[in-house]
Amino acid sequence: MHPTTAGMLLAGVLFVLGLISILVRRDIIFMLLSVEVMLNAAALAFVVASAHWGTADGQVMFIFILAMAAAEVSVGLALILQLYHQLKTLDSDEAAKMNG
Amino acid sequence: MLPALIPIIPFISAFLLMLGWKRLSRIAVAVLGCGSIGLAAMVAVITAIQFAGNSEQAIVQHAASWVLAGTFQAGIDFRLDALSVVFVLVITVVGFLIHVYAAGYMHDDPDYARFFACMNLFVGAMLTLVMADNLLLLYFGWEGVGLCSYLLIGFWYKDPANGYAARKAFIVTRVGDTAMAIGLFMLFQYTGTLNIPDILGKSPQLWTTGAPVVTTIALLLLGGAVGKSAQLPLQTWLPDAMAGPTPVSALIHAATMVTAGVYLVARMHVLFELAPLAETTTAVIGAITLVLAGFSALVQTDIKRVLAYSTISQIGYMFLALGCGAWSAAIFHFVTHAFFKALLFMAAGAVIVALHHEQRMTKMGGLRKLLPGVYGVFLVGCASLAAIPFVTAGFYSKDQIIWLSLSATHGHVALWLAALLGALLTGMYTFRMFFLVFYGEAKTAVHHRPGKSMMIPLYILAVLSTIAGFIELPHTMGHVTLFSNWLHPVLPAVTVINDSNAMEWTSQAMSALLAIGGIGLAYAWVVLRPKGMSDFLEMPAIDWLRKYWARGWDFDYVYNILLVHPYIHLSRMNRKDLVDKLYTGLAALMEWCHNVLARTQSGLLRWYIMAVVLGAVAVLSVLIWRIYI
Repeated sequence: MHPTTAGMLLAGVLFVLGLISILVRRDIIFMLLSVEVMLNAAALAFVVASAHWGTADGQVMFIFILAMAAAEVSVGLALILQLYHQLKTLDSDEAAKMNG
Repeated sequence: MLPALIPIIPFISAFLLMLGWKRLSRIAVAVLGCGSIGLAAMVAVITAIQFAGNSEQAIVQHAASWVLAGTFQAGIDFRLDALSVVFVLVITVVGFLIHVYAAGYMHDDPDYARFFACMNLFVGAMLTLVMADNLLLLYFGWEGVGLCSYLLIGFWYKDPANGYAARKAFIVTRVGDTAMAIGLFMLFQYTGTLNIPDILGKSPQLWTTGAPVVTTIALLLLGGAVGKSAQLPLQTWLPDAMAGPTPVSALIHAATMVTAGVYLVARMHVLFELAPLAETTTAVIGAITLVLAGFSALVQTDIKRVLAYSTISQIGYMFLALGCGAWSAAIFHFVTHAFFKALLFMAAGAVIVALHHEQRMTKMGGLRKLLPGVYGVFLVGCASLAAIPFVTAGFYSKDQIIWLSLSATHGHVALWLAALLGALLTGMYTFRMFFLVFYGEAKTAVHHRPGKSMMIPLYILAVLSTIAGFIELPHTMGHVTLFSNWLHPVLPAVTVINDSNAMEWTSQAMSALLAIGGIGLAYAWVVLRPKGMSDFLEMPAIDWLRKYWARGWDFDYVYNILLVHPYIHLSRMNRKDLVDKLYTGLAALMEWCHNVLARTQSGLLRWYIMAVVLGAVAVLSVLIWRIYI
């Protein structure tokens, strides 16, 4: 199998795994972790693509995504802490007060 | 620059008065309200003097562009020619005197500024009407006059009856306005322009005399004129319009509004000359109106309603003259009528105020000694209205119409007889009112004498009501034709067919004798009260007739049955408004959609993610499908 195809397949599988886990998990920390998995899957796709084209663009995008993931985790953790303080639980379905 | 200022000054002042509604002091309001009309009158006089130097050439001034659509053009263009100069002078001068009088009359009213704002707007709209160079601008002024009459008749809006009278005036004249609008559409369709000189120039080439199209147009325009000028069958609004303050009645009856119809017919005289049927209709409407309104005026008990019916009757004379092709005679009667009718209304207002807002003549009487100044000017006004020979303006103008209704090409013996009957009635109803108010015993105490600002305009108008007649004397007496010469560039001279001095003398003698006879009858009826006459008046048939006339020949009753009640019935049936169902239905559909979509907003985060994923999958599927398949 061509290395690019393999890399892209791996990235796709990782992304779908992250997506499935975010849909089935109710624990909000696991949902945050799943988002990280999806982000890394996307970053992997960039790296594979840049290796395929022989350019450095994908590497640069990876750095961007890494920085963004760090920021996202810090905001996400702060939100999780607040949620826990308010509701005394980490179940995301409990935080369903804002409905139509 | 001057002509455009004449209508613009009152508009600006009305605008300022509306802005300064509550903030301006009474003196400031009076100065602004009267001063603007005074200034307009001064500008009008200066312009008229400039114009008189070369009165063959109309002054046209383009103030601003208004509507430009394809070949159709209508600008805010003002036109001064011999005809509009006469109207502008009467409107501004008489309007100014009425404003000065109103400053005294309305002094204690809490809505002083609103009153003067509406009055100035009224004068401005009327000036626009008579100075318009195209029919669209004329129509603008026409509707402006209608709006202001609504605002002023319903000025004391707290009484529902006044609001009803205001709505009635607005709606009844609207019937005529609609006819006029259709007439304007037809004019544009056939001539391709609404510019008045163009229409007047083109129409003799477009149509032969008596062509159906031009007859229809002339009749539609006549419909508009009939509505505004309160002629049969749209006269019912005018007696009720007395609900407004007295200066408003003076303004509506003398200087503005009701004479708009006379102006329109005179302005479009070429069309009427091409349509003999429309001309005959005008004359017949005028003749019938002047007689019917004369009978109604004879039996009214409210002093202002007598004057209202007398206005309808006198405008009937003007329509009669227009219908006979005696254009300048109609305009002459308009001028003298403006003077003496403004005088009579304002003198009546002085009486009404002096008697603490008492309008019933049965409660008046004996005021000759108590209000000598008002007595004097009222006598002058009554004499002019009743056309007492030689000394009054009303005699010269009315006599000319009576004579021409017989002798002009479109004249007829029947029209002449109606005009003579009208002369008798005018003498009778005018002096019945005069004797009832000023003779006999005093029945109500005088509590308040009119002040200077009310009396001075009355004296000026009394002088004008007397001397204005001498600018046009019949050729049996001096033959002065200053007025018809002045109008000659715009309005063609009347063609007289059976012209003989002997016949003219006979006609004049008859009208004079009938007027004086009418006064004599009124004197016998009100003051002498001989036994035979009172018995005659108390006969049941006469009594019934009296009540029938007092109700204005039951026109209101018939219109209520034929039009008002069916309309109210229909609107009751359609209370839930069929058309409205469409819009409420649309609103209900939106609400239903909202309820359905609101359910998807559950607050459950994972459902939202699912929705985003499905959306992304859908978008990607479409993209991939478009690229690869």
